[in-house]
Amino acid sequence: MNKTVNQKAWWLVVPVLILVAFNAFIPLMTVVNYSFQETFGNNQFFWEGTTWFEQVLRSDRFHAALFRQLMFTGMIILIEVPLGIAVALTMPRKGPWVSVCLVLMALPLLIPWNVVGAMWNIFALPDIGLLGYSLNSMGIDYNFTQQPVSAWVTTLVMDIWHWTSLVVLLCYAGLSSIPDAYYQAARIDGASPWAIFRFIQLPKMNRVLTIAILLRFMDSFMIYTEPFVLTGGGPGNTTTFLSIDLVKMALGQFDLGPAAAMSLIYFLVVLLTCWGFYTVMTRNEEN
Amino acid sequence: MAKIEFKNVRHAYPAPSDQAPVYALEQVDQVWEDGGAYALLGPSGCGKTTLLNIISGLLTPSEGAVYFDDEEVTHLPTTERHIAQVFQFPVVYDTMTVYDNLAFPLRNRQVPEDQVRKRVEAIAEMLDLTNSLKNRASGLTADGKQKISLGRGLVRPDVKIIMFDEPLTVIDPHLKWLLRSKLKELHQQLGVTMIYVTHDQTEALTFADKVLVMLEGTIVQVGTPVELFMEPNHTFVGHFIGSPGMNVLPCEVKNGQVSYRSHLLETAHSHKQEMEGKLEIGVRPEFVRFDDAGIPVSIERIEDLGRFKIATVAHEGDVIKLLVPDEVKIPENSPKIMFDPERTHLYCNNWVVK
Repeated sequence: MNKTVNQKAWWLVVPVLILVAFNAFIPLMTVVNYSFQETFGNNQFFWEGTTWFEQVLRSDRFHAALFRQLMFTGMIILIEVPLGIAVALTMPRKGPWVSVCLVLMALPLLIPWNVVGAMWNIFALPDIGLLGYSLNSMGIDYNFTQQPVSAWVTTLVMDIWHWTSLVVLLCYAGLSSIPDAYYQAARIDGASPWAIFRFIQLPKMNRVLTIAILLRFMDSFMIYTEPFVLTGGGPGNTTTFLSIDLVKMALGQFDLGPAAAMSLIYFLVVLLTCWGFYTVMTRNEEN
Repeated sequence: MAKIEFKNVRHAYPAPSDQAPVYALEQVDQVWEDGGAYALLGPSGCGKTTLLNIISGLLTPSEGAVYFDDEEVTHLPTTERHIAQVFQFPVVYDTMTVYDNLAFPLRNRQVPEDQVRKRVEAIAEMLDLTNSLKNRASGLTADGKQKISLGRGLVRPDVKIIMFDEPLTVIDPHLKWLLRSKLKELHQQLGVTMIYVTHDQTEALTFADKVLVMLEGTIVQVGTPVELFMEPNHTFVGHFIGSPGMNVLPCEVKNGQVSYRSHLLETAHSHKQEMEGKLEIGVRPEFVRFDDAGIPVSIERIEDLGRFKIATVAHEGDVIKLLVPDEVKIPENSPKIMFDPERTHLYCNNWVVK
C-alpha cells in the first residue's frame, strides 16, 4: 500500500503558530527591540547596539540581585526538597487519613500568591502580627521591616510554607507507585530502614524529584509577588530579587532599554539552568 | 533444611469493625516435609499468597501456630526465619549492579566482604549470571531480574525454605520452561524445601513432588500429581487438574446401587446403602470410552488434537467429554459410552466417598 504524500496537512498547524506568535514570539521580539535601542517616548528609537547588555552585565546592582536570587533559590531547594521527602515518607499510605493529609497538603498551593504575601505580612508584623508579637514577647528581637536577617528568614519560611507541599505531593505520588513486593523483599533481605530509603524509595522517586527540583528552581528563581507584598524588596535592597529589581528598573525608573536587556539575560539564565539541570539528571538515570 | 508445620492456622484480614471477619484462610493443618518440592495450586483469591506470607512471616496468622522443625515461629520476624521468597513481579534494586543486588542480603547481615564475593560468584555461576555481574540490574530482561530475585534468596547460606509466588507470570513462554527446569535442578542440588505457588496446573505438576490444591481458604487435597489425577478428593480437584477436566454428573444411590439417569454404574469405592446430600459421580475423560453396551449419547463436537481426539457428547442434557485415542474409530450410528468402574468416583457434597 502506498502512502499518499500530502503536504496540505501543514495548514492545520497554522492556528497554533499564530497563537504562539501572539502570546510568546511577538512580545519577546518587542523586548529584543527595546534591548538594542534607546527611546525617549514619542515612538522615537536610537540604535544602541549591545550597550545595555554590557551595562547590565557590569552593574553591581545586577550582580547583587543575581547573588541574592541564587542564595534564595539555593536555600529554598536545599530546604524544601529534603523536607518534602521527609514529610511524604511520614504520610500514611492507606486508610482514612490519606485524603485528610492530601487535602491539608494541597491547601497552601490553592492560595493566590499575593494573598500569601499579605497573610505573612500581617502574621509577621512585629507590633500586631501573631508571629512577630509572639517572637518579640519571647525576647527575640524580630522585625522583618527593618532587619535584613528577619526579612530573609520570613521570606524563606513563607516560601517553604507555600511550596513544600508541591514537593510532598510529587514525592508521595512516587512513593505510592512502589509495589508492596519491594518492601516485602527488602524485609526478607534484612534491609535496614535507611537501606530501604536509599535503594528502593529514593530510586523510585528519582523522576518526580527531577520534576520537583526543576519546578521549584523555576518558580523560586522568578519569584515576585510574595516577597513584593511581604517586604517590597526591603529593608533597603536586601530582599530585592531579580524580578523585583527588574520591575523597579522598568516601571519605577522607566529605563526600558536596560530593563529589556536585563530581562533577556534573566530569561537566558533560567533557560540554561533548566536545560543543565535536566541534562544532568536524566543522564544519571540512563547510566 | 526445615520441616514446616501448621497447627490450626486461620487468617482473616482486618474487616470493617461492624462486619464479621472473612477468613482468607480457613483452618489449615499441614506438614511440609524437609527438603520437599511442593506446589500450591488454586484459583486466584483462594488464599495461596496468604498461606505463603504466613510461612515467610510477612503476615502473622489470626489464629493457630506455625512450627519450623518443631520450634514455634508464629511471631518470629521474617529476617530471623531463614526463608527466601520470590515474588510474582521481579524485585531488583534498580540502582545497583547485579553483583550488588546479590550481595545485598549478605551485606545487610554484616557478612565479611571476602565471603560475600565467594557466595555471590558461586550463585551467579549456578544461575548463569556470571557475565552480567557488573551490569546495572535495571537493564536486564524480566527473566534475568527474576533470576536475581531468586539469587538473593540462594545467596544466604542459612536459607532453608524458598517460596515462589507465581514467579513465572511475567516471563516469556519459551523461557518459562528453561527457568522451571533450573528451579528443579537447584532443588536437587541444594535440597532446600521449596514451595511454589501457581494457578497453572502444568507448572505445579512439573515442578512439585507434592501438590496442595486450595479452594476458598482450605486445602482440599494434598498428593502427588498422579494421585491428584487418579483419585481427586474433591470435584474441584477433578475440574482444576487435567485438561479437559473431570466429568461431574448427577447421580442417585438406592439400595447400595449408584445410578446415573437410571443407568446402573459401578464405582471404585464402596459406599453406604442410602446417602443424603448432593450426589455426583466423577470420571475423567481419559476413562470414558465408546462401548456398545453402554449409555446412549449424541455426539455434539469432535476436536482433533493430533495424538488424540476430544469428543463432546450429550446424554439427557448432560455434557460428557471423552478422550479418544487416535486409533479408535468414533461410531457414527447410535454411539454409546461406558465409564471405567475403577476410575469412577462417587462424590457427596463435592467430597469423594471412600
